[in-house]
This record gives sequence, structure tokens and C-alpha cells, in this order.
Amino acid sequence: MTDSKYFTTTKKGEIFELKAELNSDKKEKKKEAVKKVIASMTVGKDVSALFPDVVNCMQTDNLELKKLVYLYLMNYAKSQPDMAIMAVNTFVKDCEDPNPLIRALAVRTMGCIRVDKITEYLCEPLRKCLKDEDPYVRKTAAVCVAKLHDINAQLVEDQGFLDTLKDLISDSNPMVVANAVAALSEIAESHPSSNLLDLNPQSINKLLTALNECTEWGQIFILDCLANYTPKDDREAQSICERVTPRLSHANSAVVLSAVKVLMKFMEMLSKDLDYYGTLLKKLAPPLVTLLSAEPELQYVALRNINLIVQKRPEILKHEMKVFFVKYNDPIYVKLEKLDIMIRLASQANIAQVLAELKEYATEVDVDFVRKAVRAIGRCAIKVEQSAERCVSTLLDLIQTKVNYVVQEAIVVIKDIFRKYPNKYESVIATLCENLDSLDEPEARAAMIWIVGEYAERIDNADELLESFLEGFHDESTQVQLQLLTAIVKLFLKKPTETQELVQQVLSLATQDSDNPDLRDRGYIYWRLLSTDPVAAKEVVLAEKPLISEETDLIEPTLLDELICYIGTLASVYHKPPSAFVEGGRGVVHKSLPPRTASSESTESPETAPAGAPSGEQPDVIPTQGDLLGDLLNLDLGPPVGGPPLTTSSVQMGAVDLLGGGLDSLMGDEPEGIGGPNFVAPPAATVPPNLGTSMGSGLSDLFDLTSGVGTLSGSYVAPKAVWLPAMKAKGLEISGTFTRQVGSISMDLQLTNKALQVMTDFAIQFNRNSFGLAPAAPLQVHAPLSPNQTVEISLPLNTVGSVMKMEPLNNLQVAVKNNIDVFYFSTLYPLHILFVEDGKMDRQMFLATWKDIPNENEAQFQIRDCSLNAEAVSSRLQSSNIFTVAKRNVEGQDMLYQSLKLTNGIWVLAELRIQPGNPSFTDLELSLKCRAPEVSQHVYQAYETILKN
Amino acid sequence: MIHSLFLINSSGDIFLEKHWKSVVSRSVCDYFFEAQERATEAENVPPVIPTPHHYLLSVYRHKIFFVAVIQTEVPPLFVIEFLHRVVDTFQDYFGVCSEPVIKDNVVVVYEVLEEMLDNGFPLATESNILKELIKPPTILRTVVNTITGSTNVGDQLPTGQLSVVPWRRTGVKYTNNEAYFDVIEEIDAIIDKSGSTITAEIQGVIDACVKLTGMPDLTLSFMNPRLLDDVSFHPCVRFKRWESERILSFIPPDGNFRLLSYHVSAQNLVAIPVYVKHSISFRDSSSLGRFEITVGPKQTMGKTIEGVMVTSQMPKGVLNMSLAPSQGTHTFDPVTKMLSWDVGKINPQKLPSLKGTMSLQAGASKPDENPTINLQFKIQQLAISGLKVNRLDMYGEKYKPFKGIKYMTKAGKFQVRT
Repeated sequence: MTDSKYFTTTKKGEIFELKAELNSDKKEKKKEAVKKVIASMTVGKDVSALFPDVVNCMQTDNLELKKLVYLYLMNYAKSQPDMAIMAVNTFVKDCEDPNPLIRALAVRTMGCIRVDKITEYLCEPLRKCLKDEDPYVRKTAAVCVAKLHDINAQLVEDQGFLDTLKDLISDSNPMVVANAVAALSEIAESHPSSNLLDLNPQSINKLLTALNECTEWGQIFILDCLANYTPKDDREAQSICERVTPRLSHANSAVVLSAVKVLMKFMEMLSKDLDYYGTLLKKLAPPLVTLLSAEPELQYVALRNINLIVQKRPEILKHEMKVFFVKYNDPIYVKLEKLDIMIRLASQANIAQVLAELKEYATEVDVDFVRKAVRAIGRCAIKVEQSAERCVSTLLDLIQTKVNYVVQEAIVVIKDIFRKYPNKYESVIATLCENLDSLDEPEARAAMIWIVGEYAERIDNADELLESFLEGFHDESTQVQLQLLTAIVKLFLKKPTETQELVQQVLSLATQDSDNPDLRDRGYIYWRLLSTDPVAAKEVVLAEKPLISEETDLIEPTLLDELICYIGTLASVYHKPPSAFVEGGRGVVHKSLPPRTASSESTESPETAPAGAPSGEQPDVIPTQGDLLGDLLNLDLGPPVGGPPLTTSSVQMGAVDLLGGGLDSLMGDEPEGIGGPNFVAPPAATVPPNLGTSMGSGLSDLFDLTSGVGTLSGSYVAPKAVWLPAMKAKGLEISGTFTRQVGSISMDLQLTNKALQVMTDFAIQFNRNSFGLAPAAPLQVHAPLSPNQTVEISLPLNTVGSVMKMEPLNNLQVAVKNNIDVFYFSTLYPLHILFVEDGKMDRQMFLATWKDIPNENEAQFQIRDCSLNAEAVSSRLQSSNIFTVAKRNVEGQDMLYQSLKLTNGIWVLAELRIQPGNPSFTDLELSLKCRAPEVSQHVYQAYETILKN
Repeated sequence: MIHSLFLINSSGDIFLEKHWKSVVSRSVCDYFFEAQERATEAENVPPVIPTPHHYLLSVYRHKIFFVAVIQTEVPPLFVIEFLHRVVDTFQDYFGVCSEPVIKDNVVVVYEVLEEMLDNGFPLATESNILKELIKPPTILRTVVNTITGSTNVGDQLPTGQLSVVPWRRTGVKYTNNEAYFDVIEEIDAIIDKSGSTITAEIQGVIDACVKLTGMPDLTLSFMNPRLLDDVSFHPCVRFKRWESERILSFIPPDGNFRLLSYHVSAQNLVAIPVYVKHSISFRDSSSLGRFEITVGPKQTMGKTIEGVMVTSQMPKGVLNMSLAPSQGTHTFDPVTKMLSWDVGKINPQKLPSLKGTMSLQAGASKPDENPTINLQFKIQQLAISGLKVNRLDMYGEKYKPFKGIKYMTKAGKFQVRT
């Protein structure tokens, strides 16, 4: 006697048969019939035609039958709204039943009937149930409010159910509290403006009390809700952390991860010197490790989150490397995640172990995994400098295995190692060359060609090797073609005598026979370059390349901070903020870590506003970093530089500069035809007649831009302002401004004599000031200043004077003396005159410094209505020595990462987000990070002055 | 929250669907099938799959995929934990969790699922409470129900549901009062070619079977509680007491439950009770390879190692193996290339070994990968970490219960690389 009998009725008149049975007088027969109906429903058969007959069975004392009918109702009410009204009476009656189980069942089912017409009849019973004496009914009713809200939000608000729900947060029963929180969270998610979860210290305290007593699922709801709260100071943060820590020992991994989220977020507010901070760090490691012994699905989610945690706080798991070692029967998705975390944790201390493991993985069966393992060895070499040599020898061992895909991956990563440590490991080139023939993947071929070209002078038969590739030029992928072109040009510049023919051949292949514009353009550029000025060509093509670093696969710090707030959610699995992928972006609230000193100012900053902020302004506030992240995700285990060098973005800046210098003269001078003694100029026919000119003008435009940046235009100079009016100085009027040019600061003064007597014997002196500004030379007014005469003087300044902090910071007190008297005035100098020329920070340094500077030092400003685009902003700022370190475009918004250095060696890092406002103006959002936060305000002013003038 | 649940068997049929909110068309599972096709093996299907309007979270257990559909941002662990709970509940109700059993009990399954979630929010997941709401089917009950017309749905509110001890029902009565605890430890280890340990850790659990009358309050103390620095407790354990005194104090649920699970990390020195000596050589240009493994005891504290089972996935190039074991039985499946050797007990005087030759594909070069040896074993009366229970006391009730503690060590994921 099993239920499978319900599935076996496949006769023709099945529905009629069931109908008859449902209307039978015998209770038992009715029940069996309903069971059959349910069984058909579960396998997806349409039994909606039986609706009236099933509903007729609803009024019964038999609880099982009632439940079965309810099950049916929930499934089909929507398709039969008119009939569903028949059920209302029974619900209303059941809500008054003395048995709480029946009351709860009625209120539960009611909410699942998604029919508009019915909902209004259900408000009264629901209101009663929300105030029911039995907590089981109350907790069920709380969820029902969320259901109803989903069907008809307006109705729920009008009926005041939301307030009742909020009151339930203070209920005496922890289960009711948990369900109320869950319901409110769900409603808040779809209606972010309603500000439902308005948390304050009292309600937090209630939640924390309920946390200890409610079910595991309730704990998850409460912890997720707590994570949205921003404590008012570090003491409150610590006390919440103390009460949340016991959850780390819960058997339910979701509880553990939610607790980790709360702790990771609130830890941000604790001072690092605190003993408690260290204790907390220690407590976080074991539960994370334990998650890894769970089922593989749980492991996967845990690993994605651990990946974020080790980036944010590597110290937590730095001793736990071994738990990430891969077991051969782990599912592939777990293996790949473990590998990624192993590399993130790799350090000098454990690199030997890691390498031994990686080498082991390289002999596994799964090809994808083997490839990533080989790449991982390369990443280790780049990350841990001391291990580079060992990594290279491991890679060589692997190449000896001659397993095709292993060799190819190894060559790709060795190329990256060469880029990171030039002139160190070239001894291995010979071994690499032996494997030339086995390479069949474009990336590996391109990498090998790059190596041959780059080290052509050390490879005796470089020309033969490259020539062999040239034979099948047109069958190669673009990546390989571009690389081959560059490599042969390099070869030619290194060994011009033997390789003329080869270079001719490749240039003609690239320019004449190819349909690919990238390839053709690059071909032409080389051709012109070689034919005009081989010396310049050498400088351009063989220029020193910037080193690559491991930072490329790290998540951007601001995004990382946001993701930390989403630990345990889908966002953390995808490493994207929810705005990037949650359906329709509805209900997405931007979260960020609280600042370390969360005193009163925390409420002013939009970043730290408690979650629950209106989502109406979402599009303006949140950068949707989805794409960027997508890229990061794709990069995953890839080498830091994706494609062939010279084409990738990381070298772009350098390349443009180089071209600027090199080609400028090339385009300026009339081509003199023959570059080298043996070089034959390209036949005129190969260059379309108009190409020369169009290329020339196009390029010169480019150079205008770059040379504008590079030359001595100097930083922005404000118009002169009157510093000392004549009436205050017995007829001497002084106006002036500050300038900075080519590294030297000067004060441009205009002295006007408005008195009736001649002025002589001028002298000037500065009071001690914040940056030690002092005159570098005496004030020299050569001739006496006669009445109504004006003289302009430029007074050079230096920054070696004595230092005293002024208020405001950029205040300068000046004394000017003449034959009449001594006059005092003070002026404010713009901070950008103190920005030094070598203020460009290396990308890696930038990233490290940005992470290193505590968050409370971050200051945010808005620059409204700026009429420049990103390019112009960047070049304008660069002329004032604010350097763009990196630029990214995130869903149409440009993000500039900039650095500048003050004369006293203080670095200021900036993140500038350019938001397109109306068509002609843009709004800029500026975040500044600096170890001396007091300068931020003035740096902001400098930005504003530079950009608005 | 959790929208719907689909149960899919290994041949790709959806044999059960349950919706807690509006109905989601089963066509959503097509995305799952795509992912399933891409992952060659069932174990490798990624647990989180995005679709244009939903997210599919799945677990694979007992050869069934449990696929949950969610629409909004929900903690994925929450969903996965819940799915595991569903599987455990089925197993608890029906003894096994398999497609035929679920189909046979479809009404109970439906009723149970309905009780477990309400609108996607977990409602009752404790098996104690569920069993009071929906009685598990037994042959006797089915017969009685058909005769008397009574049902297997409880019509009273479960007592434990809202009390401070939701895990225990009131009014429990036994004639024999007994409390048994099993300390079970599993060693996860990776041993390298040369026999040295790369990583070894212990996953331990204390499973309890408590059948005590009334509301007993138990305390359990250990000889060496310092070992337990990474623990997860059943909700019944009073955390404060553990923090301050390192004593487990709790009112136990009725019946079987997992009191505690713990983890002894790789940083502590973990004793490895067995060793494997192996010499596996594939020779180039010869179609024969040699194969020899020997298993022997290492740090066993004088206990016998039993239930030893050696399995190894041989490289594709191995066509067949002709081996002779000194004890036990062995099989080699030439299709899946899986070698398994059921060794049984290890006699330290006469170590079990398996020797012989492998026939390799002629002309093919030596295989790229080395086979990894998987080891299973059991040691009775030993907790390899050294954990020992000191005493068990009962308060709150007058009678004297029978008490018992058993120790066992097993191999978890125990792998030897060659």
C-alpha cells in the first residue's frame, strides 16, 4: 500500500472518475480522491478542472483532508479566482478555531492564495491573528504579512500591518521576533524607501537577546539584519561582536557565515591596538576552516567568501594554508577555488609547500585544473619574489614532462616571469626553444614569439625561428600575427644586417595582405618609423617595459569593502555588488564598511548612512561595477597581463608617451627617405597617397595632447588678487598669486604705489607656516617705485623654511617692509603649488597604499558641474602634478585613480568618479585618502580650482 | 526566500516539484540541464547557477539533484543547508532517500515539505517536531489508518515548537533509561610519495542516542578539553558554560542527535595509524608494468585496524591488471579503470600486500598522471586525537540511567599519492 498507486490511473476518463470520487459520501473515498489529485499535481498534470469539487471538501474536521485541500488551493486559486472566493468563508471561520494549529494553518494558507479579490476579505482575520494569544499563530501571521505585501503592497500599508509587524520585534517570544525580522527584511528588500528596519540601540538589544533563543533559521535572519546596522561608536561595536561570537560555533554553516559577516563589518570600527581585536581575529579562523570539511556545495560557497576575506584580512588565515590543499576527488569547482586561495595566501614562509603541491597538481587528470595549476606557479613567482627562481625551475621540470598542454601553459607563464624579472632567467630560453614545434595554441605561440623577439640578441638562430613562424602567417590568429610583427621588428633593430629581408617580408604581409586594421596600422607605424629614424625606432620599439605585478587579479579596494558587507550572499559568490545582477536592480542598497571612528560625522557621510537608504537615488550613488568584476572573474587565474605585451592596457600609458617623444620629431621633419644605410625605403605604391598626410595629422593631434601634458605649461595659476589694499598700507597696494613651474614655486607680486611719495627699500619675510614656504631670494625691486607706478615681481620660493602648523593649513603670513613702514598681511595659497613633479605612484604601490591607509582617513567631496570629460580632466590635473595612475570605465562612468605628492613628502591618493550629469556638465565625486587627513580639504579645493578654471 | 524545489533523477527527469510561492515553470530547469551536460560528472555540477530571472541552487545526494529556485538575494548557504535538511528528513522518515521511496510516499513528502517552509521561510525543520505534525509511515500505521480512517497528520500543536527547549518534547517516558555517546573521528590526510604527511586533520563528532524520561539535564566533561578549540554545537548546548568551564551542559533532544562536531586542525600533530608502501612502475616501450602495494600499521596505540579497503583510479593507459593479494579480495574494472582491494583486518605479523603486473596499451607512452591511492579503515575503541570523556552526570531527574561511551576512528578522505 504505497502512494505510487495514485500515479497509476492513466485511464481515459480519469478526471471524471476523480470528480465522482470527490463527490462521494464516504469520507475515506473523498480523501483518497484528493490524494490522487495531489499526486497528479506534483507530476505536473493539469487537474484545475476539479477545482469546485476539491473546494467542496474543504469544510471538514479531518485535518489531513483539510491540509490536502489547502495544498490544492494554493496551486490553483490563481487560475480560478472566482471559484477561490468560495474558500473565504472557511478561512474566516478557521481563524476563530480554538485549536491554534488550525488558526495558524488558515492564516498560512490564506496568504498563499494570490488572488487580488480575496485579499481584502482576509485583512480582518489577519489582524486578529497578529494579536493572537498563541505565539505560534503570531509567528505564522508575521510571515503572512510579507506574503500579502507581495500581492498588494498598498493594501498592507493602508491597513497598518507594517506597524503591527514592527511592534512584533519587541514580542516576548524569540521565534516571533525572528519571523517578524524576516518578514520585514523581505518587505524592505522590495521597498527600500520604506525604512522599515529602523534600527536603534534598543531594538538591537532585543534582537541580540532573541538571537540566543530562536531557531537556527531565525538566527540567520537576525544576523543579516544586524549586519545592516551601523553602531555609533567602537564600544557599541565591540559589545555587539561579543554577543555574536558564540554563533561561530553553530552547527549550521549559514549561521556561521552570517556571524562572520557581522564580525568582519564591525571589526572595521575597532582599533587595531585593542586586545579584543586580536582575540576576534583568532576566533574567526577555526569556523572558516570547519566550513571546508562540509559538503562540497557548502565548501564552494564558503571558499568564494574566504576568497574575499583573505583579500581583506589576510592575517586571519595565513597559517591555514594546508586546509586549502586539493584532494584529488574534490569536485572541479572546489579545486579551482582552493587553488585561487592558495595563491592569495602564498608567502615566503610557505612557498616551498605551495610549490610542491602545485607541481603535484600539474600531473592530475583534469586538463583545466592542470592548466590553472601551472599558471598558479607563474603567479607565485610574480607574487613572491624570493621564490621566483624555484618557480622557474619547477616550470622547467614540467616542461621536461613534454605533456603538450603543460608545456604550453608553462611557456605562457614564463613570459610573464620575464616581464617581472627582466635579465634574470634568460638562461632557460634554450630549453624553451626546444619545444617550439609542439606549441599549437595561439597564446602559447604568441608568448614564445615574444620571448624570441625580446631576447633576439641571445638566440643565435632567432631569425630562423621567426622565419619558420612566418610561413603560415595568414593562418595564425591575430594575437600571434601582431606578436610576430613586433618580434621581427625587434630582431631587425638588434641585428639589422642579417634580417632585412625578413622584416620587409613581414611588413608587406602585415600592410598589404592583411584585412585586420590593427595589424595593418601597426605595420605602417613600424614601417614609417624604420624608414625615417631608426634611432627613434629603437627607442620606441626596444623601450624598457613597465614591470608587471600581481595586483591585477585583486579586487578593487572599494568594491572589496562593499562585498565584505555582503558576505554569505549571492553577491559574495559572484564577487559582484547586487546592483550588478539582482533582477531590475530593485531593492538594492549600497552598503559599505563603517569607518573606524564612528562618531557624529558618520551620519553626514553618504557612504556610511545606514542601509535602508532610498533606492530612488540608487543609480546616482552606486557605481555598477558589474562589468569590471566580470572581467576580474574572467581573469581569475589568468596571468596578470592578458594578451601579448605592447598591446595591453597596462603598457598603454608608457607607449603613448614613448610614441609622443619618438614620433613627434619623425612627423615634424620631412621624411628623409632612407633610414639606415642598408635599408630600402618602402615602395611608394604600398602607401596610399593620402595615408601619409592623414596619418600625420592624426598623429600630431595625438602629440598635441601628449606634449601638452609633458611640456612646461605648468600648473594652474589663479588671477592676481589684492592681498594688501592701499589704505591699510599707507598707499602700497600689493596683489599677487602663486605659481608653480617646472618644479619651482614662485609668488608673483604686483606692487602699486598709490601714495604721493616714492617707495624704496623693499623687503619681504614670511612667518613660519605649515609647509615651510620661504622666499628663496630677497625681494628685488630695482628702481624706486614712484607714485602711481606699478611693478611686477616674481619672487622664487622654496620649502625649506621652518615649519609651524597654521590654521587654516594653507595660511601664509607675510611682512613687507619699505622705506615708509612694515606692513603685515596674510593670504591663503592654493595647495597645488606644493604638488611635486614626481608625484606619480606606481600602480602596485597605489593599491597597497590605498589599502594600507585606514578608512577613517578617507574624505569625500563632490565637484559639481564640471564641463570636462575624463580625458580632459586627467590632462588638466596632470599639468598641476596630479597624476592619473589608472583609469577604468565602469558602466559608462569613468573612474580615475590619481596620486600626488606634497613638497613635504605626504602622499595623497584620490579616486575620482566622473558621473555624466546633463549633457554638457558632469559631476565628479572625489574620494581622498591620505595619512594626514587634514590636507584633504585643501586638496579638494585645489581640485576644484584646477578643474573649474 | 526559497521559491520552489525540483527533484531531478540522474536520467534528467523532474519527478517532483513543490512551490512555496507562485508556480515557477519547470522549464527553468533547462538551465540546470545545460550545466549538467557541461559538467561531465554529476558531482561537478556547480552548486549555484544563474538564469535570467532566477538562481538555481542545487545539492546532489543519493543520486538525486535537489534544485531550489530563488528569485531574490538569499544567502546561498541558507538554501543549501536547508536542502541538506530536506534530504536528512526524508532519510529519517523513510529510512532511505531514493526516487522510488519518494514516489511511494509522495503525499507524506508533500505534507512534510509544506510544514518545512512557509512562503519560503523555514517553519519546522527539527525532526522531532515534524514527526509530531506528520507521523512517519509505518506498515502498522498504514493498516490502522485504512481500517479506522484516522490519519497520519497530528492535530495538536507540537509541544516543543515554542518552548525554550524546542528540540525536546514533553512527557517523554521510557522504562529503560539510557544515554549512549559515540565519539567518532575521521582522519582526512594527504600522504606524499615518500610517505611523509602533507596535511592531516581530524573531523570528529559526538553522536548521541539519549532515551531518558522527563526533562533530564546532562553534563559531559572531558579529560582533555583543550583539544576542542574548533567546535560546532547542537543548539541544546549551553555555550556560556562551555566558554567558562569547558563542560558540555545540555538538555538533550529525545532520540538520536549530533551533540557536537569538532575539528582538530593540521597544525596539531595528527597521528597517522597506517602506512602504504607502494611501487608502481610504468615502463616506456614495454606493455607491462609492475604494481605492488603493502599496507601496514603505524601509530595505532595497540589497537587493530579493520575494514581496510584500498581503491585507486588507474590511468587510462592501463588495460588490465593481474594481481595476487596476500589476503582479501580485489577487483579491477577495465572500463572505469578502478582498482579496489578489500583487505579486511591488518595482521601486524603478516602484512597484507597486493602484487602483480599491469598490461598497458602497446606502443603508447607512459601515462602522464600517477594514480592516487584511497584508503578506508576503521579502528574500534580509539579516538586518534586522544579525546577522552571524563564523566557524564544527570540532574533534574531522580532515576539512574545506563550510560555508555564508544570510541571509533575511521579514515575520511585519506589519500596516498604515488
